[in-house]
Amino acid sequence: MSKLSVAKRDDFVNMCIWRGDASGGSFVDYKIPVSETQTVLDAVTWVQRNVEPGLSYRFACRVGMCGSCAMMVNGRPRWTCRTHVSKVIKNNQIRLEPLRNLPVIKDLVCDLSDFFAKWLKANGRFVPTATREHPVKKISPLSRQRQAANAAIECINCAVCYAACDAVEQYPNYLGPAALNRAWTLVNDVRDDGKRERLRAITADGGCQCCHSQHGCASHCPNELNPARSIAGLKQVAVTAIFKGEV
Amino acid sequence: MIRPHQKQPLWLAFAVHRMSGIGLALFLPAHFYILGTVMKDTRPLDTFLHWSELPLVRVAETGLVFLLAVHCFGGLRLLALEFLPWTPYQKTLAALAASLALFVAVSFLLNGI
Amino acid sequence: MPGLRLYLAQRISAMVMTPLVLTHLGVMIYAIRGGLGTTEILSRTQGSLLWGSLYGLFVITVSIHAAIGLRVIAYEWFKLSGLLLNLFAILVGLGLLALGGQAVYTVVLA
Repeated sequence: MSKLSVAKRDDFVNMCIWRGDASGGSFVDYKIPVSETQTVLDAVTWVQRNVEPGLSYRFACRVGMCGSCAMMVNGRPRWTCRTHVSKVIKNNQIRLEPLRNLPVIKDLVCDLSDFFAKWLKANGRFVPTATREHPVKKISPLSRQRQAANAAIECINCAVCYAACDAVEQYPNYLGPAALNRAWTLVNDVRDDGKRERLRAITADGGCQCCHSQHGCASHCPNELNPARSIAGLKQVAVTAIFKGEV
Repeated sequence: MIRPHQKQPLWLAFAVHRMSGIGLALFLPAHFYILGTVMKDTRPLDTFLHWSELPLVRVAETGLVFLLAVHCFGGLRLLALEFLPWTPYQKTLAALAASLALFVAVSFLLNGI
Repeated sequence: MPGLRLYLAQRISAMVMTPLVLTHLGVMIYAIRGGLGTTEILSRTQGSLLWGSLYGLFVITVSIHAAIGLRVIAYEWFKLSGLLLNLFAILVGLGLLALGGQAVYTVVLA
């Protein structure tokens, strides 16, 4: 049963929103009216439209498909469009901050450049072996490798896992769960030709060995992916490569 | 001290593994020292071992046995996670490791009474 | 920060140590039954090549394992890095090796 099921028109919720930029900031309180099935994105939008037009935040699809609205909600990284106020409210308050582990631009907007740079650094890019002249390679969706790739392929780069990860916080070079998860899908793509460079990337300083298997990534991924599982797979690949002398 | 994003079972498993490792690392030099020096002359060790029969000391020893067991079984869980075929039952394995460690520690405690 | 080879050494030392730890846990539970006096311990360990080898190997692997483990913590919690970090790890490893070696020697050979 929703905690706000007996809400009346003049019931309010306190939004405690981080305001500031790269040089610093602080939390500011905003009282917003409650409504049923209100999401945290609804709430922050209400603040920006009715109280504080200068509040900066990101969103796009508002239906849980793009991942743009990711923020720290009461200390946990979530998609605000898919988070009901009633489910996360604590002492009639919701605390909103920009995603952890990323530099802040302004208010709830952070700079995802590092996140994407690491995606490339982990060689998260498919390297083709065939051209349009070749016949289409037949790959069974039931093959072990294709199933492994498919299980991890639906990442939309929302950076929730990156924000949830303590290893990312501790190791500035650490590629992070999303980048390594993508590398894993390519390691399992039999058509891909970038395996040697990718192996070097995932075993270098900041590679898969930084992961402590805390599963912050898996427990917070809104798409229910499991980067921890992908990274465990990469560790096996890495260790095999050491014994084969490939690394 | 534990932040909201850390309030999930496998982070707790990590924390237990780290804390038990630190506890063992701090205990080990003392353990080695006692075995390496006191053992030379049987009288001091007998006095020491007699002192170690005090209930509080026995409880502390049980705690140390638990630390070793939980670090070992938690470590086996990690080795399985990293080197064996993946299983989705990670939380169950963490629970199993903790339970086995508790079993070993209580066995030690009860066998000494 | 942690290199892949240190990671592997940590895992290998853990694998080697597993049967040794299980043996040690078994020994402790067995020994605590009916108490353990010095003479009883020493009578079983003195001159025993088996116990010397087992616990000698235990000391070597735990020195490696603890040194690498504490190295990670020294970086994550205290932000030690570079030469200082490696020096710390080496000191821990050698320290445990020395103390542990002394303990094995005393219990088996002295």
